[in-house]
Amino acid sequence: MTDPELARALLTDMIRVRRMEEKCAELYSAGKIRGFLHLYVGEEAVATGSLRALGSGDAVVATYREHAHALLRGVPMTTIMAEMFGKQEGCSGGRGGSMHLFDAGRRFYGGNAIVAGGLPLAAGLAFADAQLNRKRLTACYFGEGAIAEGAFHESMNMAELWQLPVLFCCENNRYAMGTAIDRELSQVDLVAKAESYRVPAASADGMDVLDCHRVMKQAVEHSRTEGGPFFIEFRTYRFRPHSMFDPELYREKAEVATWRERDPIRLFTETSIAEGLLTDDDIAAMELSAAAEITEAVAYAEAGTLESVDTLGRHVTTPVGAENLR
Amino acid sequence: MKTTYRSAVHDAIADAMRADERVVLLGEDVGRYGGTYAASKGLLAEFGPERVRDTPLSELGFVGIGIGAAVGGLRPIVEVMTVNFSLLALDQIVNTAAALRHMSGGQFSVPLVVRMATGAGRQLAAQHSHSLENWYAHIPGITVLAPVTVADAYGMLRTALTHPDPVMVFEHVALYNTASDIEALVPTDITGAAVRRTGEDVTLISYGGCVPKALDAAEELARDGISCEVIDLRVLRPLDDGTILESVRKTHRVVVVDEGWHTGSLAGEISARIVEQAFYELDAPIARVCTAEVPIPYAKHLEQAALPQPGKIVAAARGLFGAGRAGTNEG
Repeated sequence: MTDPELARALLTDMIRVRRMEEKCAELYSAGKIRGFLHLYVGEEAVATGSLRALGSGDAVVATYREHAHALLRGVPMTTIMAEMFGKQEGCSGGRGGSMHLFDAGRRFYGGNAIVAGGLPLAAGLAFADAQLNRKRLTACYFGEGAIAEGAFHESMNMAELWQLPVLFCCENNRYAMGTAIDRELSQVDLVAKAESYRVPAASADGMDVLDCHRVMKQAVEHSRTEGGPFFIEFRTYRFRPHSMFDPELYREKAEVATWRERDPIRLFTETSIAEGLLTDDDIAAMELSAAAEITEAVAYAEAGTLESVDTLGRHVTTPVGAENLR
Repeated sequence: MKTTYRSAVHDAIADAMRADERVVLLGEDVGRYGGTYAASKGLLAEFGPERVRDTPLSELGFVGIGIGAAVGGLRPIVEVMTVNFSLLALDQIVNTAAALRHMSGGQFSVPLVVRMATGAGRQLAAQHSHSLENWYAHIPGITVLAPVTVADAYGMLRTALTHPDPVMVFEHVALYNTASDIEALVPTDITGAAVRRTGEDVTLISYGGCVPKALDAAEELARDGISCEVIDLRVLRPLDDGTILESVRKTHRVVVVDEGWHTGSLAGEISARIVEQAFYELDAPIARVCTAEVPIPYAKHLEQAALPQPGKIVAAARGLFGAGRAGTNEG
């Protein structure tokens, strides 16, 4: 079934993300990272499986829970960490922080912290590609909470109406902050909802990295060949609180424990070993490598420098003669 | 031959689209209908539905698509029907267009032009008549323009389309039918204010639909022997302090005329800047002529009563001269 190299790559990435996020939590408690911090622990299979189906020229628009997406699109962990430390070596120069990671060179368009705010942006990037006959896709990640926003409906409608090559990737972790999906959406069948706009749609098991990869590949294939948008619902779960300030009053510990039994890293590790794709030694090596990457990233962030307040007013408008349209 | 403001806007869009394939026009009824204020009439036939794109009634969505398209390499012009409707898109304008460059550490420019009609005077009541330019002028990262003359209706829009950052263009509804003799329309400056009439005694500072009213008031005051300088701000963000202060240092008296409501108005901002930078130049308190603090009413007489008018400007200017000295240019 699975290609051992793919299995290796997927598990490596999920481990990198998990360990990076755990380190972020620790650094937050230590006061090194401040502001809001939203971690992706539990949801790793979604970004890992789906992003691997994209090409290097494709664009990604993500939310404020986007460390994984940035990392897996090739933004170095060093500059991600430096950004969270507020250092000028960060991938947004320290102006963005955890919620606003950007990398123009890698076509990583944030890091958008207005729920559903990234959807029109993604549709617009796809609009430009369609208009300029560039054969590339834009993948837009958002939570199921975004579906209650008007921007979701407006973007889905126009994307289908104008056949824009955008992949709407809904990370359904069942809670919009603390509000359960069935307490905020009258229609919880998200595929049906997408199809009401005639947008082709499918669901993936967001705790199964191979399923995330498989469904995203279908979507990519569809949009590349047929043109137009595709909607994917990744059914997943966030193991940790919404942010570092969340006392988790809205869900039962037993529910979290049940979902933790389907930990995407553990599930995929067990399958890969059972099927002889990977060995315990392979996994130990992945852990070591992730630990080394994190150590380097933290050291880089620690060693990073603070921008002088003399340049506070930079980046508000484009300097004359420095137009950098992409 | 007379050119109207409306046709100047039209020609600016058409010329920009001819000159640059990347320019596209998006908005409600910009195509088949020809634009709510007929500014895009005929463009669909010339440029086709790909570049002149009728949108659904989704201001938030299509302004956001304009932002993404601008980041993606196009030069979109997004038409929003009126400033009141632009509030539906405020999130995308403030939280994405204005902020994207800064929060990415300078990685992205958003060369987007958003045009919209603004202002009262056509009995369109409280949901189609407001002047909210100051809301946008509050936001770092965007440029806010208010062309008044036919030359600027064309010229500022052309220049806005070469600007690397988001530009909001406010076209006052009372101006579309105005006309003037112009030989050739050319791009004009989008950085500074213009002195539309020079004078010695009072500076009338205004923008948009109030500039013609300020000019009418200046004419009447001239008959009383009060010589007015009239400044057309043109650019509401960033404000051109230099032109304002230079005039204040000459006239020592100021009336700011603003179709926004008094509270939190641009007129308030301009007054504060003058006080901060030229307080000792003033021979009288700064006067403001703004819109009465009511949503714009439908009935014609009430609407007109709510708005700045030449008569109110004249009265405000006269009030800056002490009793018995009105009508002189001494002191």
